[in-house]
Amino acid sequence: MLLDIKDLEVYYGNIRALAGISFQVDEGEIVTLIGANGAGKSTTLRTISGLIPARSGSVTFQGKNLLACPPHEIVDMGVAHVPEGRGIFGNLTVLENLRLATYSVKDREEIRRRFKRVFGLFPRLEERKGQLGATLSGGEQQMLAVARALMTGGKLMLLDEPSMGLSPILVREIFRTIQEINQTGTTILLVEQNARMALRVANRAYVLETGRITLSGKPEEMAKNPEVQKAYLGG
Amino acid sequence: MPQPVTTLVQQTLNALQVGSVYALIALGYTMVYGILTMINFAHGDIFMVSTYLGFFAAAWLLGLALNMPPLVIFLSTLLFAMVGTATLAVIIERVAYKPLRQAPRLSAVITALGVGIFLENFTLAVIGPEPRTIPPLFPLVNLNLSGVFVSTIQIVIIGVSVIVMIILDTIVRRTMTGMAMRAISFDKTIVPLMGVPVDRIISATFALGSAIAAVGGILYGMAYQLDPYMGIRIGWWAFISAVVGGIGNIRGAFVGGFILGFVEIFTPVFLPSSTYRDFVAFSLLLLLLVFRPTGILGRPIVQKV
Ligand SMILES: Nc1ncnc2c1ncn2[C@@H]1O[C@H](COP(=O)(O)OP(=O)(O)OP(=O)(O)O)[C@@H](O)[C@H]1O
Ligand SMILES: [Mg+2]
Repeated sequence: MLLDIKDLEVYYGNIRALAGISFQVDEGEIVTLIGANGAGKSTTLRTISGLIPARSGSVTFQGKNLLACPPHEIVDMGVAHVPEGRGIFGNLTVLENLRLATYSVKDREEIRRRFKRVFGLFPRLEERKGQLGATLSGGEQQMLAVARALMTGGKLMLLDEPSMGLSPILVREIFRTIQEINQTGTTILLVEQNARMALRVANRAYVLETGRITLSGKPEEMAKNPEVQKAYLGG
Repeated sequence: MPQPVTTLVQQTLNALQVGSVYALIALGYTMVYGILTMINFAHGDIFMVSTYLGFFAAAWLLGLALNMPPLVIFLSTLLFAMVGTATLAVIIERVAYKPLRQAPRLSAVITALGVGIFLENFTLAVIGPEPRTIPPLFPLVNLNLSGVFVSTIQIVIIGVSVIVMIILDTIVRRTMTGMAMRAISFDKTIVPLMGVPVDRIISATFALGSAIAAVGGILYGMAYQLDPYMGIRIGWWAFISAVVGGIGNIRGAFVGGFILGFVEIFTPVFLPSSTYRDFVAFSLLLLLLVFRPTGILGRPIVQKV
């Protein structure tokens, strides 16, 4: 097991955002967490990355307790996070955005390899490497966000609504890229509101409702579940 | 050269001298603001401490009477003051500002004012009120270039300032630390996800900003007198420089520093007395805040730290 989450409880002040959730991600999988607005999907990812503290429960990655680690160390341990809204540094060039993600990598040869891999996946970014992040289109920014997460060299990639704000063609393209990244050995935890696409690419799925996991299972079965169809697949 | 021209050249030179000191101090205000959106009002007093560190280092080195070359003494004094001041600023940030990072900005600003008052009174109590001068670190020569007087101190002040500014600009644009600083100034919440230890970058910013203020401190202390309250007026002028240039913008701090240098030197040329200079400086600040609140170069998003 790569990532094991047990009874995780997270509060914002007095508001409980996660009411003790448990789930696992195995090596090599694509696991998706679907849920409506405010269900707690981003909160889950941000807690795994150490950006917000947990009240109780545990987050174990490769046998290590992540709740005790600061976020930059969690990245170094192999957890890459593509944040909601992409989080591109608009005042840095594409190249600088990518380079910054290798902050703790000292081996220049390794950095070169990662650039090569990322530019192989996203040739468009290489064409635009001197451009400021703020001047990229929404689709290009999403590519850059994924590329940047790859540059950290993570084993596990947390993706927070990568399809948000993209045209249907771009959504398909980004999901194809996610599968490609997965096939080259990166495990994926995907948070989505676009349940249709998420269930199509995932190996396993969980449904999150107001801070609780209410369903889990194979995506094919879940897609047939009438409640899921009604709530997340538009009838 | 005719008299008005020599006066103009002479005063311009003086303005560049004063302006480079303001610019060096303004950088510290602007860098800290860039990454924490906080005004470090203790910065002027940190500058004051640096001049005393330089004073003691220089006095001690000269007292050894080892006949070291002036350049060695100058550089050792500079290095000692830079390291000492950077350490002080990093400690201040850890102890006084870091615990308030989640608190409203105003709390940190008031704390900074308190730290400044502490530094003034600590210096007053330990070292005393009497003005001091850093002993001459190299031969003082006044060169007469067809009516314009240039002192070696002036050449060193302007030259060293320009070198420091070029080095800082390179650090911010070319190094990983500089890149991280610029990223933090854009969106602090995302930076940890890049594997960047944000606290270490914040410490580095305080260290760098105050080491540069220490360079300004030594240069200033070679030309003027030191006293425990000197940081107040110079701190304000440097702060205005930073705002005039566009706070958060490094090149803006250079430009603002030189503008304020010109205000200081040329006010008495055009107005009856030098007592008007604060009036002119603060008026400039007010006008700018009304008509161009982001300062002269301040396009805050694109070119911040
Ligand atoms: N910084 C915050 N302070 C207070 N409450 C918050 C904060 N961030 C999130 N919440 C609350 O926590 C709950 C879960 O939010 P979260 O962002 O995890 O939802 P989400 O599932 O990612 O939703 P969306 O699909 O809209 O992104 C929501 O009720 C939200 O209002
Ligand atoms: Mg969300």
